[in-house]
Amino acid sequence: MNPWYSVLISLFIVIGLVLIALIGVGSIGLNSLFGVYIPYVAFAVFIIGFIWRVVEWARAPVPFKIPTTGGQGKSLPWMKHEKLDSPFTTGQVIVRMLLEVFLFRSLFRNVKGELRGGPRLTFASSKWLWLFGILFHYSFLTIVLRHLRFFTEPVPQWVQLISSLDGFFEILVPTFFLTDAAFLLAATLLFLRRVVIPQVRYISLPNDYFPLLLILGIGISGILMRQVFHVDLEKVKELAIGLAAFSPTVPKELGSVFYVHLFLVSVLAAYIPWSKIMHAAGVFMSPTRNMANNNRAVRHINPWNYPVKVHTYEEYEDDFRAKMKEVGLPVDKE
Amino acid sequence: MYNAGKVIIGILIFLGLFTYPIWSPIVLGKAGPPPQLEKPDPAKGKVCVEATDYMRSTHMSLLNNWRDWVVRDGNRIYTGLEGKKYNMSLQNTCLDCHKSREKFCDRCHNYVNVSPRCWECHIEPEYKQQQAVAWRSK
Ligand code: HEC
Ligand code: HEC
Ligand code: HEC
Ligand code: HEM
Repeated sequence: MNPWYSVLISLFIVIGLVLIALIGVGSIGLNSLFGVYIPYVAFAVFIIGFIWRVVEWARAPVPFKIPTTGGQGKSLPWMKHEKLDSPFTTGQVIVRMLLEVFLFRSLFRNVKGELRGGPRLTFASSKWLWLFGILFHYSFLTIVLRHLRFFTEPVPQWVQLISSLDGFFEILVPTFFLTDAAFLLAATLLFLRRVVIPQVRYISLPNDYFPLLLILGIGISGILMRQVFHVDLEKVKELAIGLAAFSPTVPKELGSVFYVHLFLVSVLAAYIPWSKIMHAAGVFMSPTRNMANNNRAVRHINPWNYPVKVHTYEEYEDDFRAKMKEVGLPVDKE
Repeated sequence: MYNAGKVIIGILIFLGLFTYPIWSPIVLGKAGPPPQLEKPDPAKGKVCVEATDYMRSTHMSLLNNWRDWVVRDGNRIYTGLEGKKYNMSLQNTCLDCHKSREKFCDRCHNYVNVSPRCWECHIEPEYKQQQAVAWRSK
């Protein structure tokens, strides 16, 4: 697919979604559809779809032991074993997995080969993707955790702590959160990376652009709601707590921005199980990451192996013992 | 399913995290009701500075503007709903009708987890009276 089509299609879909929510709530007044039914359906699709995907992965047999390694495996005692890059025990696998999940270690080790004005290929460490990636994920996490203030009463102490740290500089009224800036910046840069770098653009598809643009839309609508088109948060919280308790009340007066925000979040939630965002579960399910490199010590049995009918030497000898003796061949049993 | 034990543990962790808002009120006690706000002083008027809906969602921007207009432009008069004139002041105007910061502003703010720092400098009238009483009885 022409990469520019991919960008445009994704952009139009996101704009379309915004318009659907604006028209649906603003003009037609389908508040309970967008405030209650769609969020419920989206959440159910998210939970069931997520589990379904994980179970599908778990049902796939792994015929070989295929951990990706980036260092010396455990060998002779005088060879230095790279415990993290070639884990031998489950403990080492777990440590490697934790570092991957929390610090994106494999992205950090990213190396880029370039012909820098000469015939020689030079490799240099390239940390930009890691930087944007980690900024994006941690600000997303912080924002989602801060949103717990809408779903819990009383608000847990640690949510208050995160919020006050996040608004530390008290710029603007209401206080602008630092993670909002980090989130917008990182998502924009991740998007630009796909648009600007020709090689990455070439391999990008609508399902790469769409989630990024959708998430940007969620962020922008959220920030607009906080800083420009204020909504009544007490009503929002009543709705959120009602949804969580399965007895929702639909407030009439909430602004359309809120419904745009909620609709985009619902679409994201329902889309996650069928999208690349499943990498969140995929990283744990990847045989290349969740297996130890201990082939020579622990036998991996291919689950595909079916019981093969064998004919052992003993049985063979039983069949031909007389003839073997006749021609003077040695036999095990007399 | 291969490694069923580990996969099921993983799925349970996933479920536990993402349904937190659903099970936490059941386990930790029911979510409190929305706050009961103290009614404004009826003697001072039946309407707020602007329409109630607008006040509920946008009072912080209004206050922010008031501060800028007073402190930067030296303009202290604001024309609100029904052409009523107000002295643009946090503690002298808002808290003139909404008598108790604690039972009005704070209750709602605690519910949605915001804690404006305004009161580190602006002293609310009720508090001033209490202090005066405390002084006199010394
Ligand atoms: C660092 C101390 C400080 C803090 C914190 C503070 N203010 Fe003020 N504020 C002042 C001072 C000093 C004035 C000037 C008073 C005057 O000239 O009458 C003022 C004036 C104002 C005024 C106009 C005059 C009046 O009597 O109210 C408003 C409105 C106002 N502030 C709102 C706020 C709000 C809302 C907050 C919280 C977000 C806040 N202020 C936090 C110090 C502070
Ligand atoms: C003249 C008296 C008066 C003044 C001054 C005043 N208010 Fe009000 N305010 C009211 C009344 C009366 C209501 C309730 C209106 C209603 O019930 O519809 C109200 C409602 C509100 C509400 C909505 C509360 C609810 O229960 O829905 C907020 C928030 C609010 N005021 C904030 C402020 C702030 C901030 C200021 C200072 C800028 C202020 N008010 C100044 C009289 C006043
Ligand atoms: C009906 C509930 C309600 C009432 C009553 C209320 N507030 Fe608020 N207030 C809010 C909400 C909600 C926010 C946060 C908006 C956000 O996070 O987008 C807020 C934010 C603020 C902020 C900005 C805080 C920040 O983060 O910088 C100030 C200042 C403020 N309120 C002042 C007042 C004052 C003064 C009163 C009492 C006269 C009052 N409020 C009464 C709901 C209320
Ligand atoms: C993927 C999940 C979500 C993301 C990434 C997200 C993102 C954001 C961002 C970036 C903001 C700006 C202000 C802030 O950071 O607090 C925001 C605000 C907001 N969001 Fe979300 N949001 C999500 C889900 C939800 C849900 C499910 C609700 C429904 C209750 C919601 C309701 C709100 C409201 C009411 C605001 C305005 C807050 C304010 O005015 O202070 N969001 N959101």
